[in-house]
Amino acid sequence: MTTQGGGRPAQVRAAHERLVALLLLATSLVSVLAIALIIVFLFAKGMPLLGKVGVWHFLTSPTWNPTRGEFGIATMLVGSLVVTLGALAWGAPLGLALAIFLAELAPPRVTAGISWAVDLLAGIPSVVYGFFGLVVIVPFIRERLGGPGFSILAGVIILGIMILPTIVNISRDAIRAVPRDYKEGSLALGATHWQTIVRILVPSARSGILAGIVLGMGRAIGETMAVVLVTGNVTRMPDSILSPVRTMTSNVVLEMGYASGDHQLALFATGMVLFVFIVVMNVMVSSAMRTRG
Amino acid sequence: MSQAKIEVRNLNVYYQQYHALHDISIAIPQQQVTALIGPSGCGKSTFLRSLNRLNELIEGTRTEGQVLLDGVDIYAPQTDVVELRKRVGMVFQKPSAFPMSIYDNIAYGPRIHGITRKVELDEIVERSLRQANLWDEVKDRLGSSALRLSGGQQQRLVIARVLSINPEVILMDEPASALDPISTAKLEDLIAQLKRDYTIVIVTHNMQQAARVSDATAFFLNGDLIEFQPTRKLFVNPEDKRTEDYVTGRFG
Repeated sequence: MTTQGGGRPAQVRAAHERLVALLLLATSLVSVLAIALIIVFLFAKGMPLLGKVGVWHFLTSPTWNPTRGEFGIATMLVGSLVVTLGALAWGAPLGLALAIFLAELAPPRVTAGISWAVDLLAGIPSVVYGFFGLVVIVPFIRERLGGPGFSILAGVIILGIMILPTIVNISRDAIRAVPRDYKEGSLALGATHWQTIVRILVPSARSGILAGIVLGMGRAIGETMAVVLVTGNVTRMPDSILSPVRTMTSNVVLEMGYASGDHQLALFATGMVLFVFIVVMNVMVSSAMRTRG
Repeated sequence: MSQAKIEVRNLNVYYQQYHALHDISIAIPQQQVTALIGPSGCGKSTFLRSLNRLNELIEGTRTEGQVLLDGVDIYAPQTDVVELRKRVGMVFQKPSAFPMSIYDNIAYGPRIHGITRKVELDEIVERSLRQANLWDEVKDRLGSSALRLSGGQQQRLVIARVLSINPEVILMDEPASALDPISTAKLEDLIAQLKRDYTIVIVTHNMQQAARVSDATAFFLNGDLIEFQPTRKLFVNPEDKRTEDYVTGRFG
């Protein structure tokens, strides 16, 4: 018995379908397995040290002195948060403004040009950002504003640029995805284009814009290479935006090469804290995407 | 026919190279319902959207000729488009309430035109919803999202939103095409009430609907206005052979 669809018997076709489904299931399991293994590994390595020094002490003690067995990451927790929030403080408004411009105001040719530039920004390796910061921004801050130049401010400037593509692309798509009827409905009521943007388009795209900002935040807090090169990496509580600072990611990458024993475990614990941060952020994104209207 | 509210003279609309409307001249009577019928792509929606200059949103649109609203050309260079759209409101095919509360949907228009006093807004919201026969259904949940209303309710909400800015003309672009028969009947009742105060121009695919709600009907075909008559005459005794073929269902 032959039928359409390759002319093979029905049983052979059904077996083929099952095989394809199984293969696809197997490939998707790989990614689930990978994340599961990372979680298990990170917690297996990190938990024992947290048990030893105490979670609260680990998070709140400003003293990081591995040779004396003192493990407190408060300065780095502050470092990561300050650098990330600082980057968002100027990167998010700028990114949103650019997204609005691209989605609503720019003529097609300008849109193409700027989109190309923004995409290129996303493709630059982070070490190049760091190098740029090291030779341009750090000396500039040292000469014009004082301090060592290696500072929170340098990290904030570099990270703000690095998160632009994420925020711009996601926000622009969210604004473009607002039903055309909303825009026309508003204009037909005599609203100006700008009133329509501010009161209808941006609020309607709110969940997408928020997702873009939180993903940008995730990128900023997880960034390592660019930050290591420009922030100075000192484990001291910063007292101004010109102070040097060390982030959690920098801590891991700087010391993993030579750390052993409890020291190494403390670095895993640092990674664990970072991981928890990022999971929390992901939950925030998905809940932001779900709440609409 | 009564006095003309909108007089269109030699209107030509082009999208890029495409000549969408050919030399349309028509006088739309005041405080009556004028229906525009014709097969898909005949230009009736383009014509409707040229009456509040909404065609301009499409890149590469060119409009020639005159559209006189109370004798003043809306395509004259000194026309304030915002002012024009306050006078000529529009209801679209898909009932699309804004993603905000019922109250804020209605208050949107007055607010953008500078009304901020709560008492005044409350009064406008209630009046507009009553006029659109929606007040009794929503008065207890003005603060809840408008997106939770049914399609028929949303379409009446959109009409209330248009009424909130006191227009003189209401344009409707196939307002019932996404509605069930009961919602459609309610909408048609509403149109019959509204024509006491407003001039209404409605595009419809449904010839029975045109026959039920309108006083005058215009038949468009391939960008030409073929025939414009009192509705009864157009359906019972059309002058043009093509109109007769269309209304008797022989094509389109």
